[in-house]
Amino acid sequence: MTWIWSNLDLLWDRTLDHLVLSVPPIILGFLIAVPLGWLANRYRAGRGVILTASGLLYAIPSLPLFFVIPAIVGTSLRSPLNLVIALTIYGIALMVRVVADGLASVDTDVRQSAVAVGYSGWSIFWQVELPLAGPVLLAGLRVVAVSTVSLATVGAVIGAQSLGSLFTDGFQRGIQAEIIAGIVLTVALALLLDGALVVLGRLLLPWTRPATTSRRALRAAQLGEVSA
Amino acid sequence: MNLFGDALNWILDPANYAGPGGIPVRLVEHLVFTVVTVLMASLVAIPVGFLIGHTGRGRSLAVAASGGLRAIPTLGLLTLVALWVGIGLSAPFVALTVLAIPPILAGAYAGFEAIDRSIIDSARSVGMSESQIVRTVEVPLGMPLLIAGIRSATLQVVATATLAAYVADIGLGRFLFAGLKTRDYAEMLGGSLLVILLALVLEGIFALGQRLVIPRGVASGRPPVDRARSARPDPGMEPAITKGTH
Repeated sequence: MTWIWSNLDLLWDRTLDHLVLSVPPIILGFLIAVPLGWLANRYRAGRGVILTASGLLYAIPSLPLFFVIPAIVGTSLRSPLNLVIALTIYGIALMVRVVADGLASVDTDVRQSAVAVGYSGWSIFWQVELPLAGPVLLAGLRVVAVSTVSLATVGAVIGAQSLGSLFTDGFQRGIQAEIIAGIVLTVALALLLDGALVVLGRLLLPWTRPATTSRRALRAAQLGEVSA
Repeated sequence: MNLFGDALNWILDPANYAGPGGIPVRLVEHLVFTVVTVLMASLVAIPVGFLIGHTGRGRSLAVAASGGLRAIPTLGLLTLVALWVGIGLSAPFVALTVLAIPPILAGAYAGFEAIDRSIIDSARSVGMSESQIVRTVEVPLGMPLLIAGIRSATLQVVATATLAAYVADIGLGRFLFAGLKTRDYAEMLGGSLLVILLALVLEGIFALGQRLVIPRGVASGRPPVDRARSARPDPGMEPAITKGTH
């Protein structure tokens, strides 16, 4: 405990580092996954390819991916950018299926009604499909947020500073309190982002109680059905 | 892509195939470690999951526990256990078994829950005992989701076993950390490619295996997700997700 009190500054800095590493991938992954998921849902041919590809991407272990990315992108091995790219890839891999499932869950009758009252394809997507798929997307995004925060710690072994640095440092110096503090902070950060998403969901999707409608997508993500 | 060329040369270099630190030995270590860990986790998770799935009790506890475990960073658990029990095999073994339990548990009970309630009621009404219902109805029908759970646990363990090399002298991850230490990028990248290949091969095997264990009749390969609600009503849970059957 004394270690923690005397190192509050360090803990705070690492928490901030961790936020900087893990928030962009969550947002980027979502933004990229939406059009891909839409394609997968809209075109039968695209569906198999996109979902298989995202399943395979998701199957790639994180640590090796951190090593492979510099060779592809040309970044240096120690660059935090590698981590951001890798985490974004996982975010996309998880979300694409969720987006496709969410869009597919929109009732055909609803879609046809929208066509009947004169919506164009573009506005059906923005004003009908996307909001109705909202709860499913939110559920998927929550899973992505939690797993991204947790995965980001792995980068510490190749030198990307984050809450994970507390693990490597604590391990090398034999300070249990440091590792425990790191675990607690990582979980707390994950819960914080999760809570923020729930609040965001309440604001953006006021017509629904987000937590209840999203079981299917949550479960799918939990079971790793992404790769199914 | 000179870097990949170097990595490929590293993978193909016969010198890396000899001795206790060679690629074949590391590969076997990695695989055995993964299989043993997943088996141990299954021994704990499957019976408990079946119990939860059959009785419907303790579900929320299981969900909360799996959710909480998902948020726990693997590296943290690994290094913490390593500090407790010392450097060696037991730390990664304990840490990874703990990590492999939630997906298998979730697969086991979700498999049972995904079964249409009327099927189980029919089984009961023709006089099957509870244990018969579990063995001949629920287990086979719940198999696809259970296998999906084991699959995701296996993938997670294969991936994390790489990280285990940080605290123990085991598996393909050694090449990553050894290369990192000596700044030998060919070795790191070669090792990484091997792990990725292994993960993808296992993924492929599971994709095939999943088809084989699914009983005929559940042929589509996917369980009837979110069946018509049943015995344990969750008010207001089904709309928006249930796919329209048009």
